[in-house]
Parts: sequence; structure tokens; C-alpha cells
Amino acid sequence: MSAAAGDGQRHPLFMPLILVGGLIFGFGLGYSHMARPEVVLDFLQFEDFGLLFVMFGGAMVTGLAYVVVPRLFDRAPLTGDGFDRRLKRFDRNVLIGGGIFGVGWGLSGICPGAGYASLGVGNLPILWAIGGMFIGAYAQGVWRSRTAQSDATPTSAD
Amino acid sequence: MAPALLALQTVAELFPNGISRYAIGGLFVGLGAAAIYAGTAINAGASTFLESTLSFVSDRQRFAQYVRSRDWRLVFTLGIVLGAAVYAVVFQGGAWTTDVAPWRLLVGGVFVGVGTRVGKGCTSGHGVCGVGSASKTSLAGVLAFLLTAILTAQVVAALGVTP
Repeated sequence: MSAAAGDGQRHPLFMPLILVGGLIFGFGLGYSHMARPEVVLDFLQFEDFGLLFVMFGGAMVTGLAYVVVPRLFDRAPLTGDGFDRRLKRFDRNVLIGGGIFGVGWGLSGICPGAGYASLGVGNLPILWAIGGMFIGAYAQGVWRSRTAQSDATPTSAD
Repeated sequence: MAPALLALQTVAELFPNGISRYAIGGLFVGLGAAAIYAGTAINAGASTFLESTLSFVSDRQRFAQYVRSRDWRLVFTLGIVLGAAVYAVVFQGGAWTTDVAPWRLLVGGVFVGVGTRVGKGCTSGHGVCGVGSASKTSLAGVLAFLLTAILTAQVVAALGVTP
């Protein structure tokens, strides 16, 4: 696919940028208190609407980046990839998956990124949730592989 | 005077902890995603890490598609953990632990794990990057998970489960 996917030589600054980006991202999740399931549950129970500012504050910054960055560079400096918007296709699964995700988010108060950050703020019990996410992703992967296999023609089943 | 006071009171009720911690935290979250996007054109999402990391231990074709990105996704996640740890050391003054029951974390986590993979994204991929790029797919995904999450949390609370 591309340098981002790991083909050939990566730019020496690729990994450092990913790490620094992750650091800033995780610091923000800690600072916003979103790494605390209680805060998310308070939001979902209409007791504190502050969490809206996390998502929309974040989306405002990325939105700005989507407008400004392609005007500064033709291609991404570290991967050579274009900045064309590769939007995810909409289908029924987006709503079904979103709905299932919401049930889990509403029950536990934690989502993947905030879960990793929660570990960082010292919240060891969050390993229950991260373990659950791995189980869920694995179960979904097994199920999806099976459906893909039964759909595939015999010749491709090597 | 009275309407102004009433408005202030309403704001205080909607945002009992103010908004600055949320807004500043959100700006940092967006900044981290934007920095990665600017350098690499990658839309950073946190949930693909689950599948890409499973490719280390499973040969299933579903996870194999992430073999080539699994190393940087691991580094991204490590960065998130470390970044939050920096916050904890500097501002929190030590570890913080949740009171939410382990069964809620585990069962909720399973639903999150299934849902994010079926729905092609989570709160960071759809919520921060997708909404930022005005993707209709992501807006639909966000609306779907917000609605069911609110419903679930309210029902669980109404059933008397705390926390």
C-alpha cells in the first residue's frame, strides 16, 4: 500500500512522530478526565455535559488540520502519501457497530483510546475493560473470517 | 439581573466542573491526531490497535491485514499510555483508580471491542478525526453510539447499579 503501511524504508522520523503524537493525544485524554469512566458515565447520565468539549474541541483542531495541511504540503513529508480524503464507506454496519459500541461505552464508561490513557493515569482495574475489548475484537474477527471464508470461492481457499 | 443569574446557574448546573479541563484536554487530543496527520497523512484511530495487536498471536486473515501497521499502532498506544502518565505525575499527583465494578468494565469492554470493529471506528477515529473531516459516515456512527450509550447508562443507573 504505502510507506505508512510499512512497505520498504520508513522515514527515520516516522516512529518518533507517532510516539510524540500519541503522547500529546494521551496527555489530552488524561487532562480532559475522559480517562475516568465515572466522568463519561456522568456525561451520559446528563450530570456533566463537559465531555462534549473534548470531542468537539478535538474535532475542531483536526478539522483545521484537514483544511490547512494539504495546502502546506503536496504529500505527507514522512510517508509520501497524499492527503486525499479516503472516507470510510457508509453502510448498515456503521449504525449496527456504533450501536453495539454505544452499549459497551454506556455500560463501562470507557472507549479504546481513553482505556489506554486510563492505564497511564494508574487505573489498573481498567485492564478488565481492555481485556474485554481484545476479547470482543477477537470474537468479531473470528466471526468475520468465517463469513469471508464461506463467501470465498474454493480456489482462493489455499 | 435575574435572567443573567438564572443563565449562570443553568451553566453551572450543566457544567459542574467547568469547561476548561474538557476543552483544553480536547485541544490536546486533536493536536496529537493533527500532528500525526500532518506528517504521515494517517487518520489516527485508537481501536484498530486491538486487531493489529491480535495479529501477533493469531494468523486469522482478518487480523493479518494489519500486520504491516501493527508496529506503529503499538507505538501510538504506548504514547497514549505514557502521555496520560505524564498528566498523572504532573497534575494528578499519583495514581487514580476507578470505582466502576469490574464486571461492567469487562462486559462493556467486550461490547466496545465488537462494536468498534463492526462499525469501523471509535470515539477517536469517528468522533475526533471523522467529525473533524465532516465525514457523513462518521457523523452517523457518532450519533448511533451516543444514543445507545446514553440509553444504556441511564437504564443501568435507573436499575440502581452504582457505579
